[in-house]
Amino acid sequence: MIQLNNIHKSYNLKTNPLHVLKGINLSIEEGEMVAIMGASGSGKSTLLNILGMLDEADSGTYTLDDTPIVQLSETKAAQYRNKFLGFVFQSFNLISYKTALENVSLPLYYQKIPRKERLIKAKENLDKVGLGERIDHVPSELSGGEKQRVAIARALASEPKVLLADEPTGALDTKTSYDLMALIQEINEQGKTMVVITHEHDIANMCKRIVHLRDGVIVEDKKIKQVKAKDHVE
Amino acid sequence: MWNRDRWVEIFETLSKNKLRASLSGFTIAMGIFIFVTLYGFGNGLKNAFNQFFLDDATNTLWVYGGQTSKPYKGFKSRRNIEFDNEDLDQLATDFAYFIEGVTPRITRAGEVSYKTESNSYSVRAVGPVHQDIEKSLVYSGRYINQSDVKDYTKNAVIGRLVAKDLFKYEDPLGKHVIINDVAFKVVGIFSDEGGDNEERMVYIPYTTQQRLLGGSEEIDQIILTFRPEIGYAGALQLESNIMKFLKRKHSIDPEDPAGIFIRNVASDLKQNQDFASILQYIVTFVGLGTLIAGVIGISNIMVYVVRERTKELGIRKAIGATPKSIIGMILHESIFITTIAGYTGLFVGVGTLALIGDNLEDFFIVDPQIHIGTAIFATILLIVFGAVAGYVPAKRAARIKPIIALRDE
Repeated sequence: MIQLNNIHKSYNLKTNPLHVLKGINLSIEEGEMVAIMGASGSGKSTLLNILGMLDEADSGTYTLDDTPIVQLSETKAAQYRNKFLGFVFQSFNLISYKTALENVSLPLYYQKIPRKERLIKAKENLDKVGLGERIDHVPSELSGGEKQRVAIARALASEPKVLLADEPTGALDTKTSYDLMALIQEINEQGKTMVVITHEHDIANMCKRIVHLRDGVIVEDKKIKQVKAKDHVE
Repeated sequence: MWNRDRWVEIFETLSKNKLRASLSGFTIAMGIFIFVTLYGFGNGLKNAFNQFFLDDATNTLWVYGGQTSKPYKGFKSRRNIEFDNEDLDQLATDFAYFIEGVTPRITRAGEVSYKTESNSYSVRAVGPVHQDIEKSLVYSGRYINQSDVKDYTKNAVIGRLVAKDLFKYEDPLGKHVIINDVAFKVVGIFSDEGGDNEERMVYIPYTTQQRLLGGSEEIDQIILTFRPEIGYAGALQLESNIMKFLKRKHSIDPEDPAGIFIRNVASDLKQNQDFASILQYIVTFVGLGTLIAGVIGISNIMVYVVRERTKELGIRKAIGATPKSIIGMILHESIFITTIAGYTGLFVGVGTLALIGDNLEDFFIVDPQIHIGTAIFATILLIVFGAVAGYVPAKRAARIKPIIALRDE
């Protein structure tokens, strides 16, 4: 599903260039659930941005679902993001004046899907994350866990190939985090490829594979026995 | 543009950001409203001005006789120059190509009475053309005509206030009034926009008056109207040609500044029109200033709006909005607001002007109005500038990387 070959990325700071990614090789198969771990400054956010086509690598190749991701125009990048990727952010990033239903239907709007169909699909996805009853609430009326569920429903609405989650539980308490991870695991069980950026070991252990990043290189890449989040939720 | 989804999206955005929408709308509406009312007031001022100065016909030359100041061809200086019917006829034939009409005017005071009512009025002995010069409006009967002049008839045309003074509620038409002991038949009643004095006049045929004054052919002054097509320069030329002609005929030194005087209303008119156009420039300047202030207002608001929405735009980009759709959305929204608000301001402004109407006449503002074309043009201008002002920050926002926008808390 995802192939990264010798990815390099530097940021030109005022004094000297900062080499953030120093040759990343990574291959992720369909249906995998990968945790990317690392301390802050290890390059994990940069890697996510490149995966999410929010930023471009200086060198190396990136192939997503057999499509080479290279030299994308803004418009093309937007279309690919819409088609291939769903994002879940630490700070939810919901549009504050839109209801849950409208937030979830927004990616479909950019896919030019007719309004009626859009709202039906959005409703389905909200049902899937267990928020079928709260579709008319705006983000400020929802709890943190509910907001993140809306964000997940939004990421799923466009039926992406890969779900990218950047510290999805970073702003949530432990219980809510485990609830959310249970949901993410469930979605993964249905076949969706997942990449989760985290620095929390318990969250990483709920994935099926952990990639450790330090100073811009992969220092460890291992498959693990997945901890089921459901077992930790009473 | 006609994509229904886009409209729905915009309505949703606007209805949930009422403060922002109404703030920018208010600026636009206010700008247009001020423009329309100021411009209308300017026009009202101009109307008042025109009413003051442009009541009589403006294509006229007034010729007066005076006293010569130089001896010439055996004549001594300080000779009185007087015109007679021959001058009148010759002017009419020699300058036929330039002149629309000629009339003499002999003004005398007259004691006018009907039954027991009696009063003193100005009696002007004139020809038919005089009606056009004073723009007298005959609302009953007729004016002095050519056969009155030819037949020395004792017919009179009286002003509205003369009729009111002497006849009260009686219809004067066909009745006889006594003017300086001679009976005249009232054949017409007129009104005049020039004011009460103009309506306290009595007009009689000049030939009749000449006969009553002892059979002379003397004329106090000659008034002629020229064809408007000859223009300002043509009027000046005509004035100097008539001056030369009359000086030769009456044996006056061509260099003599006195002897004959000609008042050319065309040059008065020119001055008045110059003044009116300066008024117009001031009005336009004020209007443009208001518009520019409006445009700056919109630009500021658009910059602020886009800045405020940076994060939202970043989210939209992350979930698949193309730069084009971002720019389109912002522009569409801003054009929509400016159009609605602009035309609201336009109608409120025009309505205000209509309500004011002639209520401010005491302040020299008469019938303030704005040409609807000007108003619509101004509104479209603001809409276009609103769009341009929105485009620049929208383009910048569309180019910003989603990660940067998303970091923007």
